[in-house]
Amino acid sequence: MKCQNCGESESTIHFKEVVEGNLREIHLCEACARDKGFHIAIEHNKLSIAGQFIWMAENLYPESAAKVGSVQCATCGLRYSQFTRIGRLGCPDCYGAFQPQLMQILRRVHGETTHRGRLPRETTALAEPETPAAVTPPPRPEDVRKQRLRQLRRELEAAVASEAFEEAARLRDSIRALESEPPGEPG
Amino acid sequence: MIPILDMVQGPVRWLAGDGPMGDRILSTRVRLARNIRGTRFVGRALEPELISLRDRVLDLGLSISALPGANAMPVGDLAVMDRQLLLERHLISHDLTGDSAVRGLVLAGDEKVSLMVNEEDHVRIQALAPGFQLEAVFEAAQKVDLELEAHLSFAATPELGYLTACPTNVGTGMRASVLVHLPALVLTQQIKKILAGVNQVGLTVRGFYGEGSEVVGNFFQISNQTTLGLSETETLTKLSRVVNQILEWEDRAQENALRDARLQVEDTVLRALGVLKYSRLLRSEEVVGLLSAVRFGHTLGLRNVPSVSVLNDLLLRCQPAHLQRAAGREMTAEERNAYRAELVQKVLEVRDAPRFDP
Ligand SMILES: [Zn+2]
Ligand SMILES: [Zn+2]
Repeated sequence: MKCQNCGESESTIHFKEVVEGNLREIHLCEACARDKGFHIAIEHNKLSIAGQFIWMAENLYPESAAKVGSVQCATCGLRYSQFTRIGRLGCPDCYGAFQPQLMQILRRVHGETTHRGRLPRETTALAEPETPAAVTPPPRPEDVRKQRLRQLRRELEAAVASEAFEEAARLRDSIRALESEPPGEPG
Repeated sequence: MIPILDMVQGPVRWLAGDGPMGDRILSTRVRLARNIRGTRFVGRALEPELISLRDRVLDLGLSISALPGANAMPVGDLAVMDRQLLLERHLISHDLTGDSAVRGLVLAGDEKVSLMVNEEDHVRIQALAPGFQLEAVFEAAQKVDLELEAHLSFAATPELGYLTACPTNVGTGMRASVLVHLPALVLTQQIKKILAGVNQVGLTVRGFYGEGSEVVGNFFQISNQTTLGLSETETLTKLSRVVNQILEWEDRAQENALRDARLQVEDTVLRALGVLKYSRLLRSEEVVGLLSAVRFGHTLGLRNVPSVSVLNDLLLRCQPAHLQRAAGREMTAEERNAYRAELVQKVLEVRDAPRFDP
């Protein structure tokens, strides 16, 4: 396969990413990869998956990158475009400031976006509800459907990430079927 | 001399003897990344802010009971060579070896647990042990974490867990790694396939010299790649399962090698031992390869092979900064190669090496 950047050399460096359920592939020759700063990844294995994603966002989708690049963290003043260059956040509040973009990165890097491990005691204390939770009403069918869809989409991403393409195709069909159901009907 | 350097002069305490499955698993390591709430991450904070944070953590490190007999010091006070020494002992990371006034190190007396201050994150707790003991090592790191938590307010949210400078560490902030020796899988050329499989299940593999280096001497560092979505225990269980699986494959490859090529395998081990015992010049990577071959002999059950703790000790002491520290002077690569060969002969108690008259 030819390199997507120069269209001349054979591509030797390949990446995959999922955007809104669609799989995109990126293929580059070594010269172009080096030119774009990928040599770091090649030589030192240092550039994280996050870095690769950021690189793709900047180089392959320049318009949208410019838009989000100007977003700034109010606490430390870091711009999103700076983060994409250095790959490090400026302060704990950056996680809030860049939340939509970071969620995509986290999903790609970890396959998940929710923490399941332990927390410092003071954070656990903060997270506890201040008033006892009211008796929860039974879930509406529509909510159940939405939740099921979210679950399936997560599984789809995981399947694609682990290159389990048959499983991915099966999940995609389930998602389509569920999406085409008229809302309100129980799934 | 600075006390911390006195400490690290002797044999490697955490590698001494061999832990569970010590012939096949060199060491287990767990690292926890933590940052202080309301403080900018290291890359964006101002130097005075970081220096006062460092001094606070160094003081704290000396007072907590999970770091017995601790020494604490600003890394900036160390000579380049001494930093290299700590790096070779896995007591600081590559990042810490760079020239920086803001960094600090707290090291427990037995070198098993340490705090790295103002590396990529404000605090990194590290625990190390010989052999395969993920749970014990995690517990050692967690003890320090819990004690620190009583004095420091760590940045975290219920949704994302511990917040780190790089989003690849957010969540548990935990990196657990196991350094395994897989000579038979390399010999039978199955290793590539297996390592690719490891990558698929969210684990990474690196070489003996840690981050971003070539794999040398059949040693592979297997660690978790993800820190979000799995609890600490789940992550350790997954890592442990994969390591055990790989060891099973290694066993099978060893059986096959012994069945199909017994003499060749024995020959490789004996030749390696011969070169170690009777050389005048030994290069650094060469020694790692030779020690790996001898270790293989040990695993296969050959008698009269140096013990695992001797092999571990040599592996460490043959590195450049350790040699120069032992010699008490800086040496060129050639001088080091000669010194290294001599050290190996001494440790292996070779007394009949031919010599010119003085
Ligand atoms: Zn190209
Ligand atoms: Zn910020």
